[in-house]
Amino acid sequence: MNSFQPARRDFLQLLGGTATAAWLSANWPAFVSAAEHAHQSAKSDHPALEVFTADQAREVEALSACIIPSGETPGACEAGVVYFIDRALKTFFSDALPVYQKGLEAAQKTTAELFPGVSSFSAATEEQKLKIFTHMAEESERQKDGPRRLAPGAFQDFFQTLRVHTIFGFLVDPEGGGNRDYAGWKAIGRDPSHSFSPPFGFYDKDYPGWQPVPGETEKK
Amino acid sequence: MSQAAVTYKPSDEVDFVIIGSGAAGGVLAKELSTNGFRVVVLEQGEYFREKDFTHDETKVFVQSQLTNKINVHPVTFRKTLEETARKQQAVLYGSCVGGSSVHFTANFWRFHQIDFKEHSKTGDIPGANSADWPITYADLEPYYTKVEWEIGVSGLAGASPFDPPRSKPYPMPPLPVKGNGVVFERACRKLGYHPFPAPMAILSQPRAGRAACMNCGFCLGFGCEVGAKSSALSSVIPMAEKTGRCEIRPNCYVHRIETDKNGRAIGAVYFDAQRNTHLQKSKAVILSANGAETPRLLLLSASNQFPAGLANSSGHVGKNLMPNSSALAFGVFDEPLNDYKGPAVSRIMHDFYELDPKLGLYGGGGLDARFDFTPVSFVLNGLPPNTPKWGADFKQVLAHNFTRTLEIFCHGTSLPVESNSFSLDPDVKDAYGLPALRMTFRDHPNDLKMMEWMKDRALEILDAAGAKTKWGLPVQEQQFAVHLLGTCRMGNDPKTSVINADHRTHDVKNLFLCDGSSLVTSGRGQPTMTIQALAYRAADRITALAKRGEISA
Repeated sequence: MNSFQPARRDFLQLLGGTATAAWLSANWPAFVSAAEHAHQSAKSDHPALEVFTADQAREVEALSACIIPSGETPGACEAGVVYFIDRALKTFFSDALPVYQKGLEAAQKTTAELFPGVSSFSAATEEQKLKIFTHMAEESERQKDGPRRLAPGAFQDFFQTLRVHTIFGFLVDPEGGGNRDYAGWKAIGRDPSHSFSPPFGFYDKDYPGWQPVPGETEKK
Repeated sequence: MSQAAVTYKPSDEVDFVIIGSGAAGGVLAKELSTNGFRVVVLEQGEYFREKDFTHDETKVFVQSQLTNKINVHPVTFRKTLEETARKQQAVLYGSCVGGSSVHFTANFWRFHQIDFKEHSKTGDIPGANSADWPITYADLEPYYTKVEWEIGVSGLAGASPFDPPRSKPYPMPPLPVKGNGVVFERACRKLGYHPFPAPMAILSQPRAGRAACMNCGFCLGFGCEVGAKSSALSSVIPMAEKTGRCEIRPNCYVHRIETDKNGRAIGAVYFDAQRNTHLQKSKAVILSANGAETPRLLLLSASNQFPAGLANSSGHVGKNLMPNSSALAFGVFDEPLNDYKGPAVSRIMHDFYELDPKLGLYGGGGLDARFDFTPVSFVLNGLPPNTPKWGADFKQVLAHNFTRTLEIFCHGTSLPVESNSFSLDPDVKDAYGLPALRMTFRDHPNDLKMMEWMKDRALEILDAAGAKTKWGLPVQEQQFAVHLLGTCRMGNDPKTSVINADHRTHDVKNLFLCDGSSLVTSGRGQPTMTIQALAYRAADRITALAKRGEISA
């Protein structure tokens, strides 16, 4: 799958592997405007959608909430991930719009097949959503290696793209247009400050200071 | 930061034009302008200031704010000379004033004595093109010290029994220990190793008008907003400008070194931001464009007089690329380390710097405990291999692990292999129509074997540290280089090296090279300190030559 190696000085790899790196590299120039635009939207109480219709946004929000659900701590919804994605598709990632269109159609079809009578993914019960999303994720995995049962890449591209976008929208510094009110950082236990003093955590709080072990500094 | 105090016209024949404003170019600019010479530094990237820096991962990692843009300057890769290279982000380097020193992690190790004379110890190694340096550690020691005191390095002299001799202590104490440093130190001592406070090019105390580190944790990939990271941008570049004799000229893509009929360099030809072409005239030219772009520029400067490329009578320009080998192991602990705070590294160990010959491995390495992730990069690449990809379980793992994960990074030798190289791609062009950089690389088998061995030691340390879970990444052949070393190496023999011990090219009397390309060996993984020490030494040598009239004569 991978033409990159895990050399850890590779920034692009830090972002999660070849597929991610490839599209990130290819789309970097437009990301500035996307990020700035998204930042403006994230500030607004009622962000305007520019790519998704209200119905599509509801579906994307429900799907991204499957990746990072709400609960005792904030999830993708609280972080405003759908608005981050909307702005990304308007600008730097406009090429991915067909991936979303195809993916949303596939989600709708799967919903109808698994639960006839349920009008949309977002309208399903939590239990139903779990089953539908599990099916989508499994299809994505199958499509990576084996024969494709659906349109090429329908779930693989969509699932992977949505996952990466959701993680960005959840955890990027709010300056980058996501992570509204530091919702993502709160969920992972990251203090939103940008300046700290020691001790930083549990293990260094009682550290007595560096002491040479007797004989340790003898030249080897 | 001061504004450029002086500007020159391209038609002004300055004393030196320096190509590249990074770790080496910045030092050379400061030293030569301080010594009274008129200097122009041509930098491919932009001139950012501290106020331009950010913690936005999209801007840094996605937009490549500080690094080379592969849509403008594409890179191709192949493993062997027989293959056709394919476009790939195979190389990453700083592309802004200050170069890679702006975004680096700031680990700042000196090389040891062995690094300069390892070939004499090991003899010829099958498949490798090893050589000794024409200088020794003792030659470079005063310059290591100068780097530490002039740019600002935090550390504790005498803390490691493996350290080479030094003439002066560090100018300031080590940075605060982190949780990863504490558990690493305890585990290493339990196993009989000798951990010590990491020397870092980050200020632990205010110095020379610069602030001390505020422990924000955004080091790797990011510029320092308070100037505490001792990049060329924050340290030597302002000193160079302050002389009133040095102009830093950004957004200049140098694509040719011009020579006259006598084979002497007369200046550098570059595209400005509007793609207009200029020749900056100079009495001498210094290339500090990094270990990829310096050889590329020499090859791009081929002429009837120098058909194989400038300064390439040896045929060694671009060869012997050594990106350093690496391996990585992770551990998750019961209690919060909170290693997202503070610089990545606080404790290292050098017990494996020179390995027991019985192991049958060449070279050696160093280990550090670190956390160099930011939130997005952590979730995409710092979770255990079998973590669910989505859902409540996924969220639970990332919420638990973000504050409890550390990495042990194994850094090591790359042996020089002649076919590992940078060259001009015959097919792929950059956005200016010039041949793209082509990288050919396959690790020497020794290096992969050594990294497997190091990774096993790292996993043992994680066990001794009490990690609740641990895993290592597979050691694989590298297809990506950040440490761009050895590609125009230094030596006494013009048949097997590109520059002499004064950094002067063997072929062109007024052309000097000084950056990662000058290195003869790769050390054990942290080359910037040595690159800067070489630059200080080169400035002394070049100044002496110029004052004796041996450059422009």
